[in-house]
Amino acid sequence: MKPAPFTYHAPASLPEALGLVATLDNAKLLAGGQSLMPMMNFRFVQPDHVIDLNTLSGLSAIERRGERLFIGAMARQRDVERSALVKDTCPIIPEAYRQVSHTQVRNRGTYGGSLCHNDPASEQPCFTVALDGVIEVASQRGTREIPAAAFSQGFMSTALAADEIMTGATLAIWPKGHGHAFIEYSRRHGDFAIVGVAALMTRDANGCISRLSITLCGIAAGPVRLGAAEQELTGQVAGTAQFERAGEIARGLDALEDAHVTADYRQHLAGVLTRRALAAAAARMP
Amino acid sequence: MDTRRIKLKVNGKEYEREVETRMTLGDFIRHELGLTGTHYGCEHGVCGACTILVDGQSARSCLMLAVQANGHELTTIEGLALPNGELNALQNAFWENHGLQCGFCTPGMLTTLTEFLRENNDPTEEEVRIAISGNLCRCTGYQSIVDSALACAKRMREEGIQL
Repeated sequence: MKPAPFTYHAPASLPEALGLVATLDNAKLLAGGQSLMPMMNFRFVQPDHVIDLNTLSGLSAIERRGERLFIGAMARQRDVERSALVKDTCPIIPEAYRQVSHTQVRNRGTYGGSLCHNDPASEQPCFTVALDGVIEVASQRGTREIPAAAFSQGFMSTALAADEIMTGATLAIWPKGHGHAFIEYSRRHGDFAIVGVAALMTRDANGCISRLSITLCGIAAGPVRLGAAEQELTGQVAGTAQFERAGEIARGLDALEDAHVTADYRQHLAGVLTRRALAAAAARMP
Repeated sequence: MDTRRIKLKVNGKEYEREVETRMTLGDFIRHELGLTGTHYGCEHGVCGACTILVDGQSARSCLMLAVQANGHELTTIEGLALPNGELNALQNAFWENHGLQCGFCTPGMLTTLTEFLRENNDPTEEEVRIAISGNLCRCTGYQSIVDSALACAKRMREEGIQL
C-alpha cells in the first residue's frame, strides 16, 4: 500500500508555506501524519500536493502568554503531554493526552494536526473547547483568531479557509487548585473514545460551584459544550445530586450513530461519564 | 515521478539515496535498504509491527514518508544487538521468557520497549501493558511479552545495564 503520486513540498518558512497553500490546488498540509498518512495509504485522500510542515521551525512553542497558555500547531503531542508548564497551568491536558492513542503516535502527532483534522472522537478539540481556546491562523491575507467553539464546522471540517494554516492556540489558565477530570470510554486503551468528557470546576468558600466547564467529545460531529448544565449548576453545592442532574442533561444531547455504537448507547455514556467526571473533578479540589 | 535525494543514518550507518516522495519510510527500510526485520502489518498505524526509533523516539514507519527521515537517525530491530552481535538484554529477556511465538510483532515490541525502558527501568506491570498497547500480537502472547519487559527492567536495575 502506498499513497497515490503527489508532488512533495518542504517549505523552509511559514511565509513560504502560506504561499504554497494560496496557490496550489488540491494540496494537503502534512503535520504529524498520524491521520493523513493512513488516509493516503488507503487512498481515501489523494492530494496532488503535499506540503510538509515538519521542515519549518517556529510553530512548536509551548509557552505562557499572560493569563493564557500557548501551544504551537506543530508541538508534538508527547511534548505537550510532558511539558512541566502545561502540567502546572492546565493539568487536564496531560490527563487527556494519556488517553490519546499510543506513545508511538503521540511522538509524531501534533496538537494542531489533531485540531485541523477534527475527528469527532478526538480529545484535543474537546479540551481546547473546555479551556475556551482561541485558534490562531495565518494566511497571505494576514492573521486572525477563531474561538475554539466556532472552529468545528461539522464532521472533520473546520473554519479554516483553504489558504490558511493554523499556527497555534491559546487556552485559559484556571486558578491553582481547580478541579479537573478527563474521562472517556473506549473499547481498548488508546482507541478513539466512544464518548469522552472534560470537566473543570472551582468552588467558593461556601462549597458552592463558582465556575464550571463541561465539554463532551464523541457524541456529535465536534466538541459539545454543556452550557445548560454549567449555568444550572453554578452557584449550587458541588454534590452528588447536582452531578446526577448534569448527567441527565448530557443524556438528552443528540448523539451520533454508527455501525458499532447506537445513539442511545452514546447518550447513556454521556450521562454516566459526565456525572463521573464532575465527581472526579470535585474530589481533586482542596 | 517526484523524487528527492535523502541522507540519513540507520543503525549507525550512513545512507544516501534518491527516493520517490510518496514512498513510506517502512517500504524504504525494507525494499531500498534491505532491512527486512521491520515488519509491515496493517500499513495504517494500528498494529505497531513497523515501529522503529527515529532519533531515539518510537514511531510508526508506515506513517512517515521516507523523505521525512532526511537528516535523521533511525534504529531498527537490526540495530538493537550488541556491537559484537550478541543479543542485548531486552532481546535476551524475550528469549528467556518466551516473549515471542510467531515473531511478527516482535520488531515493534522490541523497539517500543527499548524507548520505554530507557525512560523507566522500574515500571509496574500496568505501565508495561500501556506501553505496548499500540502493538498487536495476534498470537496473543502478551503475558510473556510483559514478563520479558519486567525481567529486562530488573536486570537493568540490578546490573546497571543500559539499552
